[in-house]
Amino acid sequence: MNRIEKTFAARAAEKRKVLVPYITAGDPKPAVTVGLMHAMVEAGADIIELGVPFSDPMADGPVIQAACERALVHDVTLRDVIEMVRQFRADNNETPVVLMGYLNPIEVMGYATFAKAAADAGVDGVLTVDLPPEEGGEAMAAMDAEGLAPIFLVAPTTTGERLQRICAAARGFVYYVSLKGVTGAATLNVSAVADKVTEIRQASDLPVGVGFGIRDAQSAAAIGAVADAVVVGSALIKRIEELRDDEQRMREAVAGLLSEMRQALDAQQTETA
Amino acid sequence: MSDVTETRQETVDYTRYPDAQGHFGPYGGRFVAETLMAALEELTAAYERFRNDSEFQAAFDRDLAEFVGRPSPLYYAERWSKRLGGARIYLKREDLNHTGAHKINNTVGQALLASRMGKSRVIAETGAGQHGVATATVAARFGMKCVVYMGEEDVQRQSVNVFRMKLLGAEVVPVRSGTRTLKDAMNEAMRDWVTNVDDTFYIIGTVAGPHPYPAMVRDFQTIIGREARRQILEIEGRLPDALVACVGGGSNAIGLFHPFLQDEGVAMYGVEAAGEGIATGRHAAPLCAGKPGVLHGNRTYLMESESGQIIGTHSVSAGLDYPGVGPEHAWLKDCQRASYVAATDQEALTAFHDLTRCEGIMPALETSHALAYAAKLAQEMRPDQTIVVSLSGRGDKDINTVARLEGIEV
Repeated sequence: MNRIEKTFAARAAEKRKVLVPYITAGDPKPAVTVGLMHAMVEAGADIIELGVPFSDPMADGPVIQAACERALVHDVTLRDVIEMVRQFRADNNETPVVLMGYLNPIEVMGYATFAKAAADAGVDGVLTVDLPPEEGGEAMAAMDAEGLAPIFLVAPTTTGERLQRICAAARGFVYYVSLKGVTGAATLNVSAVADKVTEIRQASDLPVGVGFGIRDAQSAAAIGAVADAVVVGSALIKRIEELRDDEQRMREAVAGLLSEMRQALDAQQTETA
Repeated sequence: MSDVTETRQETVDYTRYPDAQGHFGPYGGRFVAETLMAALEELTAAYERFRNDSEFQAAFDRDLAEFVGRPSPLYYAERWSKRLGGARIYLKREDLNHTGAHKINNTVGQALLASRMGKSRVIAETGAGQHGVATATVAARFGMKCVVYMGEEDVQRQSVNVFRMKLLGAEVVPVRSGTRTLKDAMNEAMRDWVTNVDDTFYIIGTVAGPHPYPAMVRDFQTIIGREARRQILEIEGRLPDALVACVGGGSNAIGLFHPFLQDEGVAMYGVEAAGEGIATGRHAAPLCAGKPGVLHGNRTYLMESESGQIIGTHSVSAGLDYPGVGPEHAWLKDCQRASYVAATDQEALTAFHDLTRCEGIMPALETSHALAYAAKLAQEMRPDQTIVVSLSGRGDKDINTVARLEGIEV
């Protein structure tokens, strides 16, 4: 059983939800990232999604675009991000790490080279935003050979036939994009999310994570009531941006928001239990 | 004829590309976030339905004739050809189209499709502003809401086109992310589309982007080559020896080349922007000096760093200032069916002045890159040979740039 499966199984046994924070690696500077990952785990994170900075993040809103730009000032490369995971693994061998980014840096590195390096460093899954399963055969084979889970997005616009195809290709968990739009966008419609999560569960036995539009403890709890995992990104990165010159306070602010989300998710489970 | 050429003729039928998934060999495809996949499937289905629909085709042909002003003439540039002393050069006069460039051929086609699909809002990206103006024009013509994304730097460089779009009723949104140029405008248009996918049609201005755009935009632009082929046969009684067109994304070039791809004796040259020179790194020539990668929904040649980040481009012409290129050009390069070369800013400026003074035709700076290479090529050819150059746009929009470069106050 890999780390992602173990984590979902353990949380399910405790009747708790999986909390998945996203940060962009190297934002605001490379030296901060590994410490931030440990702080997030202490604050209640179950899986860490680590963004690989890209010059043209087409699916991201202004907050994550700016995070990419801050990281790229330091020329943070895909190899650097993999190295950060290796450093994280020196002190943490349990928490799954999923890399999230765009295809071109992986394509340039070479699928097989990337998959081997990532797996050796302790990466567990890879979510490539602009790689639908139709184009992903070669990349998926390379990841599969190294035991990396390819994680795919499902959108509100995904039709039944595509949902089957995505679920057949996906490993680890299915990531449902809760709204039409980019990361960090406005409002959540929880009942529409619940309907789609039900549809995904009919198509797949994998756990379902929901992201985009989750900004505080309240929205995390609302999504936690209908999904297996809650993904939060832009709300954390806003705090990183605001406090980018004060590493200590930045770490506290990120950990603080995650703790609130963790408590809200766990409290809700207690109520419903 | 070389062995390579003979092998190629037997093995590749260029008219069969792309495949059903939008691939030109290893290039093209559909590399987008999941939210857009359904919209692309819907667009592909609608396009397949209407491209074979005689009523749609008749409406398109009527707009090309009555709104765009086609067919555009094929003009023999006699004085310029004689001065160069080589091959006879013909100019395919896309500059005479409504709005002054080839861009309108495509926007008329896509707007017609958008209206058949019931979309009430169109969006576009633009660099120099020509595609933005052509989109704003058809939006006015079809009564649709129009939003144009334009890099902040280009908004300042091309203020006249910005005002033109506003006069036509479009909203122009300055894009402040990344390098604040065409590629970032395209990112922002994609973000708008992902957010407003239900009522919005994205009119991409070139033969790039995810499938079906490279094939669809090409099909709308092949009117250039189909007319040129008929016209040169009428005038010369035989096919041309060479075709020359500038390549940014490559829509005017593919529009000219495509109807000639199976004509083995016709050489093709796509001219990229060498900027300050390929060796300086300050250029926009991915086919000449880049390598394959994935950007904006397709696999193609890109200007990129060793770690896969897209890097900034430079060209005197905003319309060529793009780090990628249409995937069909990438394929034609690898097949060696077309040759891709580059002209510097300075060579383009020289050609701009030469054609203006010698023929009374002021070309766009984009087009001037094609003219610069055509002049070189003509001098290596005989007077009984012919070259067709795509005169893709007129130069009025560029006079401020030319004046500034030469230190003249207008």
